[in-house]
Amino acid sequence: MLSDAIKQEIESHIHEPEHRAAACTEALRIVQRERGWIDDESLAEVAEFLGMSPHELDGVATFFNLIHRRPVGRHVIRVCASVSCWVMGYEGLREKLLAHLGVEMGETTADGRFTVVPNQCLGCCDRAPALMIGRDLYRDVNPDALEAILEPYR
Amino acid sequence: MSDPTHDLPLTGAIKTDGTPLSLREYEAIGGYAAVRAALSGLAPADVTARVKDAGLRGRGGAGFPTGIKWALVPMGDDAPHPKYLVVNADEMEPGTFKDRLLLEGNPHQLIEGVILAAYAIQADIAYIFLRGEYTVAEDRLHHALHEAYEAGYLGRHILGGPWSLGLHLHMSIGRYICGEETALLNALEGKRATPRTKPPFPQISGLWGKPTIVNNVETLCNVPPIVARGAEWFKGLSRTPNGGTKMFGVSGKAKRPGLWERPLGTTIGEILDLAGGMRDGLTLRGIIPGGASTDFLGPEHLDVQMDFDTVPKVGSRMGTGTMILLDDRTCPVGMVHNLMQFFAQESCGWCTPCRDGLPWVQKVVGAIEAGQGREDDLDVLRRHARLLGPGLTFCALAPGATAPLGSALVRFKDDFERHIRDQRCAWN
Repeated sequence: MLSDAIKQEIESHIHEPEHRAAACTEALRIVQRERGWIDDESLAEVAEFLGMSPHELDGVATFFNLIHRRPVGRHVIRVCASVSCWVMGYEGLREKLLAHLGVEMGETTADGRFTVVPNQCLGCCDRAPALMIGRDLYRDVNPDALEAILEPYR
Repeated sequence: MSDPTHDLPLTGAIKTDGTPLSLREYEAIGGYAAVRAALSGLAPADVTARVKDAGLRGRGGAGFPTGIKWALVPMGDDAPHPKYLVVNADEMEPGTFKDRLLLEGNPHQLIEGVILAAYAIQADIAYIFLRGEYTVAEDRLHHALHEAYEAGYLGRHILGGPWSLGLHLHMSIGRYICGEETALLNALEGKRATPRTKPPFPQISGLWGKPTIVNNVETLCNVPPIVARGAEWFKGLSRTPNGGTKMFGVSGKAKRPGLWERPLGTTIGEILDLAGGMRDGLTLRGIIPGGASTDFLGPEHLDVQMDFDTVPKVGSRMGTGTMILLDDRTCPVGMVHNLMQFFAQESCGWCTPCRDGLPWVQKVVGAIEAGQGREDDLDVLRRHARLLGPGLTFCALAPGATAPLGSALVRFKDDFERHIRDQRCAWN
């Protein structure tokens, strides 16, 4: 069940009442923030709330990069994989991070703490390589400093 | 002290401590004066005329004249409503990091630009379509929007006059194709972001079939100074007939990569100098001048002026104005492989040549880089660079991919051939 608070927050993104479904991407973001990922039940609840069919909403949810339709860890690490970061050492950073966490790209650590995914250009190319953890951006990332960067994320 | 915003209208007021200008600080440097002047003394058509006379061209990459775009919107009592103004703040072109600074450093200048543009086309509702990853900009825009509503610059009966505008922040959930304006409109409608057939163009039939203008962040940030200072001042900023300044960036192995606002017509070499030149011991081999979907240039192009008309004369485009450097210790084939990976992943899947062609290109380039290239692979790539080019796909995504691909096949031909001959990458 969507809580009243979530429903209210979704409502705040419905700017034109005749176009309720337009708020569906915001709604997916909000529910994912609360639940970590979008399971089938969440999908159905959001679809019903906005007057869409679950299949219609799934078409949207699976189209975009930032919505998870599979479980993820408590913190999602998005490593910028685009060209400037590639030139500046993305591959080395990625290997070090994956080895440190003991996962492959796209996987979640056994303790459910981190999921690592590649991300398209994070838009801070003058300070490459870069990654995000949750809402936080890290630039000029030195692979040797990874442990300290990850530390606060429990 | 001279006014830094006179020569640098986009960044002159941005603070060096990394905090954004508050409403009060923005007003103290003349912010929202253009809105006050326009709403009390200029007809909507006058605002459009001023932007047209200034020669402002879209800063998102394509360079379409902004005033001409606005002038296509139906006006008058018979015009359909609501009309929409949409800000493309979905900065995602690899190597591009210019709108981030404008959004984070001075969100009110963008909001003022939105109000002026919306007034010019008599829009009722405006949306800022912001990248989901731009969380700092999200927080700052939320705050700035609140301030602007409180001050009466947004909402019902702006500054006590007859015109009203609602401006909403929409967070994207991420796809490069949203840079294509009709795909962006589908995303705003809560649909899969596939592009639409054109015509009809959004100016006539856009969001929910109503007249809609989509403009880039940097484009709109230029509008308040143009309205305040006039077309002649704006044209005078540039070193070429293209009016104004431009955000220019450098990424890759320069000494000091960065971002600078400079006159249009600044040369590639001068921009590279701002970045301190290449790192010691490295030699420049290639330049992608304006984001991933522009053709490679080379060290022989340092004297080329960056503007909309000059860069095409040497076979590329200014694009977003943020250049990516290739040095002699980095493999050009690996770099092209990275770019093709991006375009293949971000193809929306709507049209066959893009959906099936780009992954094929990516696999072939990847095989060459991995030392498994075959003799006829370069012909396969050349054919794709042609068949995925302009006019042969539904939108500009795949043609964008062919720009670095096709130019790399010419410029770095020896490197591709050596990979295939030696069955290995010499850089790895």
